[in-house]
Amino acid sequence: MHDPAPPDSPARRIGSWALIAAAVAVAAVSFGYVGSWLAPQRLTPAKLIDQFQHNAGTFAGYRRNHAKGVCVTGYFDGNGQAQMYSTAQVFARGRTPVVGRFAIPGSNPYAPDGSVPIRSMALRFALANGQQWRTGMNSMPVFPVATPQAFYAQLQAQQPDPATGKPDPAKVAAFFAAHPETAAFRAWAKTAKPSASFATESYWSLNAFVFVDANGKRQPVRWRMVPEATDAGSDAEKAGSANYLASDLAERLARGPLRWHLQITLANPGDPTNDATKTWPDDRRTIDAGTLVLERTEPQASGPCRDINYDPLVLPAGIAASDDPLLPARSAAYADSYLRRTSEEAHLPGTAAPSAETKR
Amino acid sequence: MKAATNTFTLAARVLHWLMAVMILAMLFIGVGMVASVSERHEWLLAIHKPLGIAILVLAVVRLTVRLRHPPPPLPADLPALQKLAALASHWLLYFLMLAMPLIGWAMLSAGGYPVMLGTSLRLPPIFPASPVAFAVLRHLHTWFAMLLFLTFLAHMAAALYHGLIRRDGVLSSMLGRR
Repeated sequence: MHDPAPPDSPARRIGSWALIAAAVAVAAVSFGYVGSWLAPQRLTPAKLIDQFQHNAGTFAGYRRNHAKGVCVTGYFDGNGQAQMYSTAQVFARGRTPVVGRFAIPGSNPYAPDGSVPIRSMALRFALANGQQWRTGMNSMPVFPVATPQAFYAQLQAQQPDPATGKPDPAKVAAFFAAHPETAAFRAWAKTAKPSASFATESYWSLNAFVFVDANGKRQPVRWRMVPEATDAGSDAEKAGSANYLASDLAERLARGPLRWHLQITLANPGDPTNDATKTWPDDRRTIDAGTLVLERTEPQASGPCRDINYDPLVLPAGIAASDDPLLPARSAAYADSYLRRTSEEAHLPGTAAPSAETKR
Repeated sequence: MKAATNTFTLAARVLHWLMAVMILAMLFIGVGMVASVSERHEWLLAIHKPLGIAILVLAVVRLTVRLRHPPPPLPADLPALQKLAALASHWLLYFLMLAMPLIGWAMLSAGGYPVMLGTSLRLPPIFPASPVAFAVLRHLHTWFAMLLFLTFLAHMAAALYHGLIRRDGVLSSMLGRR
């Protein structure tokens, strides 16, 4: 401001160098903070995926969650009824090709099918206009937690104790005590039994989304796939196989296509869209948007679903994300998982070899 | 018309400062979005893709301007090593500002993603779907981003060195005042 030093004095020179050093330092530190290297407390996608690996081991080449699954292909037959709420081309009358995947939760691709009561259905609709709709749904109406931070805490609580190889019951209990929002999920889990078939399950979007109509009007929605098959399941489970879901699916598809109805539930004003632990009241209007027809199944190692990241925020025009905080976290974490498994597939340096079975 | 040889053309200066802001913002958006699980991840990603394509278009325009209007010469008394560093870093910057958006676009193509610039504006894929190519391009996108940020730091430091310490007219040739 009132620098008395002449232009070439040593003091002025030191000041100039200090200014240059400060400019570089400020830029570098800001970059480090925004990129989280200098903000270690921030929950990042990498931390979430690391925690999955801490809990179940690293199975190179596989998805870090819902690792065990099979590919399916078929089409969605839109009936036009959802068109008044969403401009998405998939809701027009007619067929949209679908590449999907059935799976069970967990990071272990060798887990027995009976080990968890949850099944999942992921779909990628390839719209004629080149846009895509990807969705990952689960066979339960609510998610245990509402935020990525709570989900991370849940994963940490469930990390196996090195001494016993099992999660510490005290830590799990402490987590549930600290998270009363898990009550609805726990009530569901108490009565849920591992189903004998992917075909007889309903699959819920869990998160809310927003339909956008031709006038730009926004309607919060949730959806679920409701099966036409309602029987008790085939004989595959009784044969004692740990992989009965894949054989049951193949058996059923050999007899003919399997169908689900896409049920869209419309929120009333005030229904929470940012809380996947809460269902909406039963009387909310539901429309049948069309029929999902699955025709073929293939193993995931060679099938067309292998290289698809079922990121729930790959959405076509006419469907938008809601304010549910789990959605961006799912999108970000799935991207990290996808990069890890494709890097392993590419044998990039520093990645685990895809054949390694670090089964625990 | 002596001034014309001592400063960059108006087009070059406008492009430089506009793109400086865009590229710096882009680098922060990029590292911020991949390190976030919050709603920031989504809105930063929504800016990242169209901004990247805008940078690609401007970089092509800028390269044309640069080739048509050679920049003012560096001071004659500048040491040869510094001249070489200036020349190499400038062409590295041109390479990266063209390569980064193309790698990003190719990487999404290889990953099988629709390349959406908005809710309905979609670019065609420029690379066949391949998980191996996706992984390589995705890592390349990060490494080049780090290289671009380091080159930016060196560029900024060098510009301040010229402006504050050498006071040789190099910085003012881009500021546009003598």
